[in-house]
Amino acid sequence: MTAREEILGRVRGAFPGGDGGGVTVPRGYRRRAPVPRGDVIALFGERLADRRAAVRHVALDELAVAMAAMLWAREAKRVAVPADLPRAWLPGLDGVRPLTDDPPLDPAALAEADGVVTGCALAIAETGTVVLDGGRAQGRRELTLVPRHHLCVVHADQIVHTVPEAVGRLDPYLPLSWISGPSAGRTLEILVVEDW
Amino acid sequence: MRIAVFVTCWGDALFPATGRAVVRLLEHLGHEVVFEPAQTCCGHMHWTAGYHPEAIALARRLTEVFAGHDVIVTPSASCAATVRTAYPRMDPALAGLPVYELSELLVDVLGVTDVGARYPHRVTYQPTCHSLRALGLGDRPLRLLRAVRDLELADLPEAGECCGFGGAFAVKNADTSVAMVADKIARIHETGADVVCATDDSCLTHLGGALSRLRSGVRAVHLAEILASGLGAAGPAPVPGGVARRADAP
Amino acid sequence: MRFSDAARPELGDPAARRGRRRAAAEARGRRADAVGGFPGWEALREAGAAIRERTLRELGTHLETLEAAVEEEGGHVHWARDAAEARRIIDSLLPDDVPAALVRSDVTDEIGLDGAEPGPHSKAAVVGAGFLVAETGTLVVAERGDGLSFPGTLVAVAGIEDVVPGWTDLEVLLQLVSRAGAGVPMRPAISTRTGDFALVLLDNGRTTVLADPDGRAALRCVHCSACSDVCPVFQRTGPRPYGPGRAGPIGAVLTPQVRGVEAPLGASLPFASTLCGACADVCPVKIDIPAMLVHLRGRVVDARRGRPVPPPEMLLMRGLAWSMGDERRYEHTLVRRARWARLLARDGRIRRLPGLFGKWTDARDLPAPPRQSFRAWWRRRR
Repeated sequence: MTAREEILGRVRGAFPGGDGGGVTVPRGYRRRAPVPRGDVIALFGERLADRRAAVRHVALDELAVAMAAMLWAREAKRVAVPADLPRAWLPGLDGVRPLTDDPPLDPAALAEADGVVTGCALAIAETGTVVLDGGRAQGRRELTLVPRHHLCVVHADQIVHTVPEAVGRLDPYLPLSWISGPSAGRTLEILVVEDW
Repeated sequence: MRIAVFVTCWGDALFPATGRAVVRLLEHLGHEVVFEPAQTCCGHMHWTAGYHPEAIALARRLTEVFAGHDVIVTPSASCAATVRTAYPRMDPALAGLPVYELSELLVDVLGVTDVGARYPHRVTYQPTCHSLRALGLGDRPLRLLRAVRDLELADLPEAGECCGFGGAFAVKNADTSVAMVADKIARIHETGADVVCATDDSCLTHLGGALSRLRSGVRAVHLAEILASGLGAAGPAPVPGGVARRADAP
Repeated sequence: MRFSDAARPELGDPAARRGRRRAAAEARGRRADAVGGFPGWEALREAGAAIRERTLRELGTHLETLEAAVEEEGGHVHWARDAAEARRIIDSLLPDDVPAALVRSDVTDEIGLDGAEPGPHSKAAVVGAGFLVAETGTLVVAERGDGLSFPGTLVAVAGIEDVVPGWTDLEVLLQLVSRAGAGVPMRPAISTRTGDFALVLLDNGRTTVLADPDGRAALRCVHCSACSDVCPVFQRTGPRPYGPGRAGPIGAVLTPQVRGVEAPLGASLPFASTLCGACADVCPVKIDIPAMLVHLRGRVVDARRGRPVPPPEMLLMRGLAWSMGDERRYEHTLVRRARWARLLARDGRIRRLPGLFGKWTDARDLPAPPRQSFRAWWRRRR
C-alpha cells in the first residue's frame, strides 16, 4: 500500500461513520463595518504608527517631493523600482538613482539597492497592512525582499477596513505578500495619496 | 430558604471551621441549613487524577445523596465546578445537580452582598482557578468582601495566575508547584495584607502551608469565615488563626 | 524522562526563570491589547474553532481537494507516514549539488531539519507551511517571501491537519493566529504562493490522534503559542521538559497521544498542569486542553491498572474511593487518619510526612486536622 493510501485510509478510519461532517461555520464575525472613509484612512495611519512604520499623507502633486524627502531621510541612494512604476512618482532629484527592474536586476544588482519603491494591491486599515500581489507598480516579489528600506505608495481608494474585505478582493493565484510593519531588519514607510 | 450544605471531604476533615461558618452565616441570614450525613466526596480528586470509574461512582453517590434538594451550597469552587462541568462529561444523566458555590448562592440566589460581617484586617483576595475560569464567579466574592465592615481590601497583583496547587500536581510536580507558590506569596506580600482569602480550602491549604513554612505573618482564610465574622447573633466569631491555617482550636 | 525530573534543572536557573516570566508577561500584555479592544473577537474564535473542527471531520476530502489543486497548478504532492519517510522524500526532491535553505516551522523541527535562512542566492528551499488552502492549492507562511520566491526548487512540508478548506477561511485564521499568538492585528509578514512547489504531507502520529474522539481537537491547533504564554507551568520550566515534541500545554496533550502513555514522558506530561484553565481561555480555536489532559490522565491510569503489583498511588486512590463509597467507612477513615496526622504535628502543623506526601512537606506545612470534624460537630449540635 502506498503512503497516500495508508494515510488517507487511517484518516477515513478515524470516522467510522464516514466523513464526520455536520459542522457549520458560524460567520457572525465582523466582515465589514459602517465606518466613514475618512475614519478608515485615519485608522490605517494609526495602526501603521503602532507598528513603527512611518506614514505620510500627501496629495498627488506632492507625491514626488514627499518621496524624495523620505528617501533622502533614509539615505537611500540607489532605489530599485518595478518596470511599470509611474514615471511621475519618481523624484528625479539629485542623489537618488532608480534601478529599474527591466531587464530584471540580478541578485548582485539588487543587493546594491538600498531602497525599493512600489505601489500595492490593497491595504488593510484595521491591521495596518499593505498587500502586494505583483500587479501594477509592484513588480516581482524579489524586489521588496532584499533592500533594507521599502517605501510603499498607497492610494486612499485602495484602503479597505477589515481583513475579510481584503481576502475577498485578493486573487489566491497571485503571489501575495502581506506586510504589516517592519520585519527582519527591513524598514517600511508608507505614502498615502489622498487624491489621484 | 432550606439550603443543604455540602461541606466537601477536605473541609469536613481538615477545615470544619469553614463549614461551621457557612452554617452560621446562612442561619444568621434567616435560612434553614440541612446536612446530609451520607455525603462524602464529589469525586473531584479521583476525576482529575485519572481514576475515572472511581470518580463516576462517587459522583453518582453524591447525586443520590442530594436528590430532592433544590439548593445546595458548597464552600468550594473546585467541587462546585466538578459537579457543574465534570459531572455531565462523566454521564449526561448526572447533569443538573443544583450546587452553588457560596458567593454564587449569596449574590445570585439570595441577593445579598452585605451579610453584616465585621473583620478588622487588611485582606487580599486570590481568585482560585476554578472560581475564576470554571465557574466565572467574577467579582462576586469581592462585592461580598467590600461590604464587610472594617475590612481593608488590597488588590493582588497578577491575581489570575494559579497558586500552583493543582491537587496531585503539588506532589507529582512538587518543584514547579513550589516555584509557583513562591511567586504567588511574593505578590501577596506586596499587598501588605495580613490575610489572604479565597473560595477554596484546597488552594488555601497550599498557600497557607507555604506561608506557614516561611513563617510569614500572613494567614490564609476562607471567604466563609470572613463573612461569618462578627455576626451579632452568634456572638463574637473566633478569628481563625494558628500558623498553618489551623482553622479551629482543638 | 519524566517531566518533573526534566524540569528540575530548568527550575534551578532563577535568571532564566525570571526572563521567561518577563517575556511571557509582555506577550500576555500584547495579546490582551490585540484581543481586548477588537470587536467580535469571540465570534471570530467561534468561527475559527468551527473551521478547524470541520477540517478535521472532513480531512480526507480536504486532503484530496488540496492534492488535486496543487497538481492542477503544476505542483506535486507526496505523502509521508513518519519523519524518516518525510526526510527521505525531501532529500530526493532537492538537487544534490546545492545546500537547501530552510524556513522553519513546528513541522520542520518535528522531522529534524536544519538549514540557513533563504536569500537571493538560494537555489532550493524547504519551507514549513503555515496553512495550505485546499480549494486553491495555496501555500501560506507567516514569514517574508524569501523562501517562496528565490529558490528554483521549493519543497513545502506540512502536517496533514494544516489544510484549510477554503480561501475565505484565511480571513478568520490569519486574524486569530496574529492576535492570539503574536499579540498584533496581523503578523509582520505573511506570504502566499500557488503553484510550482512540491508538497510533503506528514502523518507521523496525527492519524492516531484523529482517531481519539476525546483527543482529536488538539489537531485544531494553529501554532500560535498563546497557550504557552499564559501557562504558569511552562513559564517556570521552559520548553525542554516537554521533550522532543511540541512544548507547552498543547505539547502536553499531543505528545502522549502520539507517543503513547506508557513511557515516562508520555505518562507524566498529562500531569504537568494544574488544570488552571488559562490555556483554554486564550486558545483562538477553543481547544479545551484541561479537559483533554484529564482524559489522558485516565488513559495513563488505565494503562497501569493491569500491573500485577499496583503502584502505591493506585492503592491509595482505590482505598480512598472505597472509603468514600460509604459514610461509615468514610468517617472511620477520617477519624483514623486525622488521629495519625495529629501525632505527626507540632504546634498545630505538620512539617514532615512520609511516603507520597513527603513531596508536599518538603516545602509546605500541612495543618493538623482538628479533633472534631464538621460532621461530628453537626451531630453534637443537634
